[in-house]
Amino acid sequence: MTEAQAVPAPTPAPPTFPMPRACPFAPPAAYSELAEKGPLTPVVDVEGTAGWLTTRHDVARDLLAHPKASKNLLRPGFPALFPGAAALAGEIKGFLIWMDPPEHTLYRHMLAGEFTMRRVQTMRPQIEKIVDEGITRLLDGPRPVDLVHEFALPTASLLISELLGVPYSERDLFQHATGAILSHESTQEQRKNAFIQVRGLLSRVIAERTENLGDDLLSTLIRKYREADVFDHDHLVGMAVMLLGAGHETTANMIALGTLGLLQQPEALAEFKADPALAPKVVDELLRYFSIGDHVTCRVATEDIEVRGVHIPAGSGLIAPNAAANRDPAVFPNPDAFDIHRNSKSHLAFGFGIHQCLGQHLARLELEIVFTELFRRIPDLRVDGEVADLQFKDQALFYGLHRLPVTW
Amino acid sequence: MGETTMRVTVDHDLCVGAGQCVRAAPEVFEQRDPDGKSTVLQPVPDAQYQAAVREAAARMCPARAINIEG
Repeated sequence: MTEAQAVPAPTPAPPTFPMPRACPFAPPAAYSELAEKGPLTPVVDVEGTAGWLTTRHDVARDLLAHPKASKNLLRPGFPALFPGAAALAGEIKGFLIWMDPPEHTLYRHMLAGEFTMRRVQTMRPQIEKIVDEGITRLLDGPRPVDLVHEFALPTASLLISELLGVPYSERDLFQHATGAILSHESTQEQRKNAFIQVRGLLSRVIAERTENLGDDLLSTLIRKYREADVFDHDHLVGMAVMLLGAGHETTANMIALGTLGLLQQPEALAEFKADPALAPKVVDELLRYFSIGDHVTCRVATEDIEVRGVHIPAGSGLIAPNAAANRDPAVFPNPDAFDIHRNSKSHLAFGFGIHQCLGQHLARLELEIVFTELFRRIPDLRVDGEVADLQFKDQALFYGLHRLPVTW
Repeated sequence: MGETTMRVTVDHDLCVGAGQCVRAAPEVFEQRDPDGKSTVLQPVPDAQYQAAVREAAARMCPARAINIEG
């Protein structure tokens, strides 16, 4: 043999993750095939690195909560969701989502107390005001209108400005730039410039708060960083950028997809309109049904581990797509049915393990208010055009809609 | 079963303040200030909350920090 093969290729070659969705309202069809192969099946990422995938809810929890599972995307073997993903990691100082303990523990606890259900409920009046004003703008504007750019993205951005305490004088800039980062109509250059603008703005806000502490989230974090003797301006800027990144596109995508999802389910929508107290159940079922963060529930094994009788070598990717777990019939009977009366509470749309979404209670409250008010004030809301013509974010990190033309 | 006495504790070394237990059984758990970790309001939960507490411990707590005896 003149050429030694570094990795013997198993037969047949393992499938590549992420996998495409065929139907916009269902997880990738490949998950059903993989489910039949056992609790864990070998896959490769887009760079060809080996990993293990599970479609099961119980195994997903075992992987995501495993003490030897790392979230550090710089570790060799961490599943790459797009080629060169790890190369971007130089920009991630302060990104809680990529930290492992004990660093993660320190910052997680600084933030967790600010995002409890009780804390989040105190934000209800501000959220209601932002949503209310957004719907008024829709009602005052032309029809049809693109719900993604004219409501979902600005609403989610304004909520983050409120959370981070971005001054009112800077909110137009913030909203414009955050929108440009996420709009599919932006060029790569525009996106990059918008990101630099947002980062600069947050850096200025943090510098100002450092001199003049208030009672907003960033001031609270400055205090907590100082108490722990870890204050570092750039680290906190990274944390703020991460909070923006974690909360903006995700919330906006769920606003648009959730609106479409409810319009596609007229019986459930009629029931919800008649009884807005159903909002928490409606929102959890939408989160389960769309599982927009399907690709991000990944880890890498830091040591050889054994899961469900499968030996997984150190450096293997651990992939637990939550759209698969959230359609596991062992936990959600008749999983493909959209059912606002089912118990959806244990869905994994916000992940599992120590990294489970910190902002989930805020996200739920935002979505509850958005859907309740949107359908209360615009009861005749409908998609303008054919659902079959809608463009879904098939290639994006978070699933969503590029545009959702609506009218009433 | 049903009438068994259940005792609940939360391991604060493991708890990450995700608040799932509060979602499942707000009568039994709450999140404390300033770190968001969960504390137990009803160490011996009323029978009506036991199923929710079991679901929280088995499937919802992402840090697997809830311990149940009984």
